[in-house]
Amino acid sequence: MTTITSAESASATRRGRAARRGDKPGSTRTPVKGSRSSTTTALLMLAPAGVLLITFLLVPIGLTFGLAFTNARLISPRPAEFIGVDNFVRLFEDDTFWASLRNTVIFAAIIVPVQSACALGLALLVNVKMRGVNFFRTIYFLPVVTSMVVVSMLWLFMYQKNGLINQVLLKFGIEGPDWLGDPKTALLAIILMSAWQAMGFHMVIWLSGLQTIPGDLYEAAELDGAGTWEKFRYVTWPGLRATRTFILITITISAFALFTQVNIMTQGGPLDSTSTVVLMAVRTGFQQQQTGYASAISLVFFVLVLAVTLVNRRLTRDKDA
Amino acid sequence: MSTATAPGLGADHLAHVADSTATTPRGTTDGRHGIRKPLALVGRLVLCLVFGLPLLFMFVSSFKPDLQIFGDLGSWKAFLPVGDVSLDNYTGVFGRVPFAQFMTNSVVITVVTVVLGVVVNSMAAFALARIKFRGSGLVLGLILATLIVPFETLALPLLWWVNKLPFLGPDGLTEGWLDTYQVQIIPFIANAFSIFLFYQYFDSIPKELDEAAKVDGAGWFRIYRSIVMPLSGPAIATVAILTFLPTWNQYLWPLMSVQSEELRPVMVGIDYFKQLNTSWGQIMAYASMITAPVLVLFIAFQRSFINSIASSGVKG
Amino acid sequence: MKLTPTPKRIAVGLLAAALPLSMAACTKGGSSSSGGAGGELTMWTHNAGNKAELAAIQQIVTDYNASQSKYKVKVQAFPQDSYNQSVVAAAASKKLPCILDIDGPNVPNWAWAGYLAPLEGLDDTLSKYLPTVLGKYDNKTYSYGYYDVALVMVTRKTILDKYGIRVPTVEQPWTKDEFTAALKKLKASGDFQNPLDIATSFTGEWWPYAYSPMLQSFGGDLVNRDGYKTADGALNGPKAVEWAKWFRGLVTDGLVPLKSGADPAKDFINGKSAILYNGTWTAVDTRKAFGKDTLFLPPPDLGNGPKIGGGSWQWGISQNCSDQAGALDYMKFAAQDKYVASVARDTNNIPATDAAAAQVKGYEKGGENQVFLDYAKKFAVLRPVTPGYPFIATEFTKTAQDILNGADPKQALDQAVKDIDANQKSNGYFQ
Repeated sequence: MTTITSAESASATRRGRAARRGDKPGSTRTPVKGSRSSTTTALLMLAPAGVLLITFLLVPIGLTFGLAFTNARLISPRPAEFIGVDNFVRLFEDDTFWASLRNTVIFAAIIVPVQSACALGLALLVNVKMRGVNFFRTIYFLPVVTSMVVVSMLWLFMYQKNGLINQVLLKFGIEGPDWLGDPKTALLAIILMSAWQAMGFHMVIWLSGLQTIPGDLYEAAELDGAGTWEKFRYVTWPGLRATRTFILITITISAFALFTQVNIMTQGGPLDSTSTVVLMAVRTGFQQQQTGYASAISLVFFVLVLAVTLVNRRLTRDKDA
Repeated sequence: MSTATAPGLGADHLAHVADSTATTPRGTTDGRHGIRKPLALVGRLVLCLVFGLPLLFMFVSSFKPDLQIFGDLGSWKAFLPVGDVSLDNYTGVFGRVPFAQFMTNSVVITVVTVVLGVVVNSMAAFALARIKFRGSGLVLGLILATLIVPFETLALPLLWWVNKLPFLGPDGLTEGWLDTYQVQIIPFIANAFSIFLFYQYFDSIPKELDEAAKVDGAGWFRIYRSIVMPLSGPAIATVAILTFLPTWNQYLWPLMSVQSEELRPVMVGIDYFKQLNTSWGQIMAYASMITAPVLVLFIAFQRSFINSIASSGVKG
Repeated sequence: MKLTPTPKRIAVGLLAAALPLSMAACTKGGSSSSGGAGGELTMWTHNAGNKAELAAIQQIVTDYNASQSKYKVKVQAFPQDSYNQSVVAAAASKKLPCILDIDGPNVPNWAWAGYLAPLEGLDDTLSKYLPTVLGKYDNKTYSYGYYDVALVMVTRKTILDKYGIRVPTVEQPWTKDEFTAALKKLKASGDFQNPLDIATSFTGEWWPYAYSPMLQSFGGDLVNRDGYKTADGALNGPKAVEWAKWFRGLVTDGLVPLKSGADPAKDFINGKSAILYNGTWTAVDTRKAFGKDTLFLPPPDLGNGPKIGGGSWQWGISQNCSDQAGALDYMKFAAQDKYVASVARDTNNIPATDAAAAQVKGYEKGGENQVFLDYAKKFAVLRPVTPGYPFIATEFTKTAQDILNGADPKQALDQAVKDIDANQKSNGYFQ
């Protein structure tokens, strides 16, 4: 990649320049020992990232908390007013919110185990030394490098009543449903395409986990007469502990943030069957311009994700212990 | 997108970084913890169809008129460039959107974000990993904690907020960042996950190198620049790739913050095709055109891509 | 990027390097959305995906630029799907162009929010326009359009004759029972996949535009128009619930497909649908297919007389335009009958003035399109003239979609009323 090579050559020239500078008397000559000057240097090096993170991450988070208790609008001749918990009262009375919450939880509850298990299956399939295995890895990974916007448009087309998927099913004598048009199948359809898109990503992570397991453990297991399943159960699975935690947490967080697919393919319909919390926040905040109400939704969402992550951490920690 | 999110990892996982340099997915010598049977080969091939065919369908359909796309759906012809094949859809795309402009914008935005992202995040990670100072653990913890916040929920307050920010530009001091390049770049330079990846990597480089350099009279910045960074090629590649993908794929944010065609990136262009008179052939052509550059990069640098993702995980 | 070794300098240097980079990048596009500097007037339109209309507008601009040397209008076209969002975001950053087009019902909101400036000195010219093509708020006119669109039931005389269905007229439209009976007859024949196609595959403003007139024909409405304080009673009263049940019934009885095809007009032309509910813009293709056999019928009287949506895309000028005089000058130039005629002709819509109508083939006295003008004059209902409209529209769209998919009518309408009332209230009723 061009960016990498240029970074490398830049550091090479810098090295040369530094060597020249080293001859001159100056501040760089003094060894950095004092912890005070170390701290100053550290803070200076942290500063650019720090300033940016504060400006574009912490301030918006803070704003979310503040705006959630006002009737602020994206554009309005009227100034925003403090309205207490009105937004939350309205939110908890809104059926769409509960539907969105339910869908988000269902989505996460299904996609987390299914996608991680399938990705592990893929990883096991391609974790062999044989000619052409790289080809398979590459193909499985293709959807990951394809934008979710493109993938959504593509699947929107494939999911049509007479679309590609139903035509393929028809070859097997199955009459497919109107995937995205039926409240009973719409969320399932979104789950399938989401898993399809991201599975290669987690396959590669499982793969890297698998390859840290020492080969002699398998040899020892074989000497003990272990079969394929025993080897998986007693060598592979325990060896993937840390990878498991990582995958669990990444899939969970991205599952809760479900937005792009839904926004492009169904806009939350039919009958709120695919509405999600993030979609609702963006819709009320941007399309309907109710910044205050949208902030309240975001706030509830923060709390939710935080709670789930903490529970996640606790569960995996207990298991690890 | 999944590549943009990351784990909220605590100190116990950071302990696993010792071997984070070993990221190459080497095939095992004997394949005994993989599956190696004729049945598995069939499985692999079927999965190839599952993952590959939809994209093949997209590329193939981009050369066909709508009527034929629909007509071919029921047979293998859907995946073959046969019949009334032409470049008409592509010509149509160029007639409908300023493609070269969109492409230039995406390239500028992506390259600048990636380069600045590597510099800014590696410096921050260096400070946290190599220079121990009071509160560095707390800072790292704080940064990691922000990983659980999905961008979509911050987009609205951020939109409201960047509209109030001043900017020193060629027209002097202006207020409001909407409808500019910088609004698509600067908020995305600092990234907690990138800092975490660099941190992991830097922490695994022996500290003795710093001591030796200090004896030679080097300051911290020189250690960063002349010792640590040159040793961190894999980490730089990882961060570059993991910044590249989500930046290239940005959709919601530019849709909200940028209106001028002269400044919009390629993903937003898909909206130009979701009109009343939908032409699926043109949608497929446009989708192919904005996917192709990434696929070409991916196939050319396949090993780096896969290693990057792999090294973003935590070793057991 | 030049980096000097001291950490202090590198930090400064980095920020310094980052700024010009992004600035250099943004100068290129910076000028596009500025108001009206140097006699250049920027103009935005939603027509990026509509070649015919864009070309017609472009022609007016070319003529205008050639007619004088003081101002130069520059057109920028956007995709319709995200046009409103682009305008809202541009308004937030005070970067609206001088001249822009607006979907009619959004005019009160945009006027109230201060995006639009009233059109002054055009009263005489505009008095000759159809009232439904003018965007008014608070007794001021903010926009005018070149055309209106009528909603029609498109079918073929041969079809109606074959199944013994009466051809309705402006004076004597179908009644609800007659309409239902006709659809059932068409369904029973088994000759058509869809007895009626109401184009549910269209998105966005189509839903309130096309389906709220049906609600109004039942006697309901989107909101109480007296003071626009609440939607209670109008949108969830007995008449509205009756409408919702009827609307859903069309689907459950198999008279209307839940989801239309991507191109409903094509489905009608191919004989899949017997009757197509659509805008007059379909006239060209359907006439091409069926010639004189094509019928454009008034929508049925569902109790309160036939209703169709009024008001389509219109033009206005922005409040933050630095050259209001220039923008107004263009607006006056572009309001000539010949342009009304050319845009209406090229888009196949109803010309906004009688003088223009006389110049467009089909709209002359006794012309084949005269009937569209009659519908627009007799049946058109403006969508609620309140700044809360865009919100009402999104609520109605979602509610109508839910109802069509089988949501409980009363419950869905009650929720919509609750949301609409909350929005009107949180804005101080837009006083």
